[in-house]
Amino acid sequence: MKTKEFKQSIDKALKNANMAGALGRFSEAYVISRAKAFEGIDFEELRTRIAEIKSYATEHLSELAEEFKKNAEAKGAKVFRTEDPEKVKEYILKLAQERGVKKIVKSKSMASEEIHLNPYLKNAGIEVNETDLGEWIIQLAGQKPSHMVLPAIHLKKEEVAEIFSKEVNERLSSDIPRLVKVARNELRSKFLQADMGITGANIAVAETGSIVIIENEGNARLVTSLPKIHVALIGLEKLVPHFSNISPILTALPKSATGQMFTSYVSIISGQIPNTDGSMKELHIILMDNKRTAMANDPIFKEALQCIRCASCLNVCPVFRLVGGHVFGDVYTGGIGTILTAWFDELKKSEEIQGLCIQCGRCKEVCPGKIDIPELIVELRRRLAKEKGLSFTQKAIFSVVNNRRLFHSILRKASSLQKPFSKEGFIRHLPMFLKELTDFRSLPAIADVPFRDRFKEIRQPKTTKKAAFYAGCLIDFAYPEMAEAVVKILNRAGIGIIFPDEQTCCGAPARYSGAFDVAANNAIDNIKALLKEEVDYVISACPTCTAALKYEFITTLKSQGKLEIILDAKRLAEKTFDLSSLLKKLIDGDKLRFNSRFEPLKITYHDSCHLKRTLHVFKEPRELLQKSGCIIIEMFESDVCCGMGGSYSLKFPEVSKPILQRKLKNIKDTGVDTVVMDCPGCVMQIRGGFDKEHSSIKVKHIAQILLESI
Amino acid sequence: MNINSLFELFKTKAEAINAEVYRFATKREALGFIIDICNKEGISDKPYSYALWANCPFLKDLDKEEISKRLPGLKYEVTKPLAAHAKIGISQMDWAIANTGTLVSDSTQIEQRLVSTLPEIHVAVVQTSQLVPDLASLLSQIKPDRASFIALITGPSRTADIERILTIGVHGPERLVIVFVDEN
Repeated sequence: MKTKEFKQSIDKALKNANMAGALGRFSEAYVISRAKAFEGIDFEELRTRIAEIKSYATEHLSELAEEFKKNAEAKGAKVFRTEDPEKVKEYILKLAQERGVKKIVKSKSMASEEIHLNPYLKNAGIEVNETDLGEWIIQLAGQKPSHMVLPAIHLKKEEVAEIFSKEVNERLSSDIPRLVKVARNELRSKFLQADMGITGANIAVAETGSIVIIENEGNARLVTSLPKIHVALIGLEKLVPHFSNISPILTALPKSATGQMFTSYVSIISGQIPNTDGSMKELHIILMDNKRTAMANDPIFKEALQCIRCASCLNVCPVFRLVGGHVFGDVYTGGIGTILTAWFDELKKSEEIQGLCIQCGRCKEVCPGKIDIPELIVELRRRLAKEKGLSFTQKAIFSVVNNRRLFHSILRKASSLQKPFSKEGFIRHLPMFLKELTDFRSLPAIADVPFRDRFKEIRQPKTTKKAAFYAGCLIDFAYPEMAEAVVKILNRAGIGIIFPDEQTCCGAPARYSGAFDVAANNAIDNIKALLKEEVDYVISACPTCTAALKYEFITTLKSQGKLEIILDAKRLAEKTFDLSSLLKKLIDGDKLRFNSRFEPLKITYHDSCHLKRTLHVFKEPRELLQKSGCIIIEMFESDVCCGMGGSYSLKFPEVSKPILQRKLKNIKDTGVDTVVMDCPGCVMQIRGGFDKEHSSIKVKHIAQILLESI
Repeated sequence: MNINSLFELFKTKAEAINAEVYRFATKREALGFIIDICNKEGISDKPYSYALWANCPFLKDLDKEEISKRLPGLKYEVTKPLAAHAKIGISQMDWAIANTGTLVSDSTQIEQRLVSTLPEIHVAVVQTSQLVPDLASLLSQIKPDRASFIALITGPSRTADIERILTIGVHGPERLVIVFVDEN
């Protein structure tokens, strides 16, 4: 459950039009500039190299830290390595006091923000100035960064003018170049007067003792050049073994962070350098652990140390662009931030924010460290559920889902209970606390007769090939007509269908909530049911269910130690197909043919998250639709989530709603009157949204469209 | 890739990020061009109007006094106060990376850093033969054991921290003028 404060912070963020506007525009521009920056580069190859380098480093953190220390100290640096953030702060303060430091300039350092260094030094009477423009704005405003790379993206130029006006005691206009000039002038004297410069680093090279600092403004060059003391505060995960490892990271980082080809400045500092007065600079490098070693020792979460802090996971996140970084309540934000907060702070701190992840998988596609962020968030949920238990509601729901007979009998009862609320197959209004659920989209009514009962009436032809149909709850109980379409098409291709009655929920809802024990039971029930009779294929018309059958059963069972059934799970996985992939195979093998339509049908296609990013299927449905006589008018952001996310839309209706509204707009902008998709969950969300708008746009499952050409 | 195509690639990439790129066959021509820039920018012996030229191989065979006579605001002495009051900083770069339009300098000596960070305009001289195709080939050539501060400079100083609007010239130079010289 969300606490009141958390809900309020989300509501506040959603109402902040500046931020949503700025983040929304950036997220759209980012996708284009990122793609352009990576043109001609094999991104998969590049990120595989980075992941290899970083995962090697993760396995050898301590050795690399020692090697770094030895090599940097041979070049005159002092290296201090500590687990404890308090010791970091004490070290810097002691150094400052011993050297009589009064003024410090800083370039951007997430590590320093992680340990709240600035207030600590300020309390000791030392003046600390951030010099990165965005960080300085935030510091003057007394706020927190809303984005890891673009800290002040939530502020409008008028607000920045206001903040600067106070600082320089002069009424400033909101002309951006003028504001930047003001910052240059104001900070110039601070650079020239500072006694100490503090930086972070993006990379630390063990074999040479070098640190690499990447920036655009030139402030880090001044911070490292002008003051006589340089302190570099570096998280242990920045270590890499070799000097040549700089290249792939440096190639990916700016492109991933801002869609830039390269940043304006990269400084590679190896040991002491001369000061402006000819003396040698004191260089102190602090290698901060703060639970990174513990993370490296965790078989699952060690992967998160492959992060190069580009924030691309924030930039592509459909939730982040609506709520921004402040709701995450800490310095690290977005998907990776949720994971880092759980570790650097404590697991409990991620309890609420982990819920924000809609599991669309878009971040996983762009992560240059090849981190499976959504899966790590599911793992957080699993551990939270284990440690803290599920909420009462979740427990109640999953105890039902855990029992197939009970679950199905409740669904059947719901069909008659919903009568007062349903009309034309929709539930448009619900009373009281359920109101929010139908506020922005109608819900489908539960079918009078579920597919499992209807199937008994469909006579199956005698065929040589046989497929077991896995319906999944939504098709079985809300959209049986989709299943009927699938059966008809496959029959036409000479495939007989069986419907194993003992099949039950695929376990995705339980799994995505961290209830792995329930998901494992669901998996076992389904494996037994679907393998009972020998078939050629197991077919599902729901990508989320397909992903569960094909991949998640195996990982869930492994994590629950149910090894005796893994072989069966693998056997099931091999036979399992999503509808589009199987139909494409049948068309290619000339087992199925489409009749041409009397008139081509103009449609647009929505890519469902699990189909596109877990099953990697997006060409197949398009090819099928074209072959069946459709003309596809592509919508903007066709593969961005519709906001359904299974139970997400029930937990965060306020976030689900604006995501859906974007989707509806993108569909409407194509000018066509039919939108097609492979996922019944997306149909539910998008159809419900259009129903609320009284729109005439038809929302169809691909099986229903293809059936028209059979 | 031959040197001409490396240069063309460099020029395209660097100009795309607001750097100014020129190429001259001889040192004499390059010098004439640099003096022209200084004159155009009103370099004179007054604070905020100095041009500082950090010691470099390019200057070696040139008559430094002769140049100074033509340019009263030009100084070869590079100190923190002078750099803070200079309009132009001139230095020689050690390499150039073609596919990103990046200049690379061993900036261990403070003079190299002062003239390329504090003034509004940075004029960077680089030998055309020092072009390398990409970052990986650069990293295989440089030795951090010999150069304690390796600076990679790609275009002028920039920010987009206010409303994502690209603005040139925050803390570093707002103009980066790159002068390639073919003559060794």
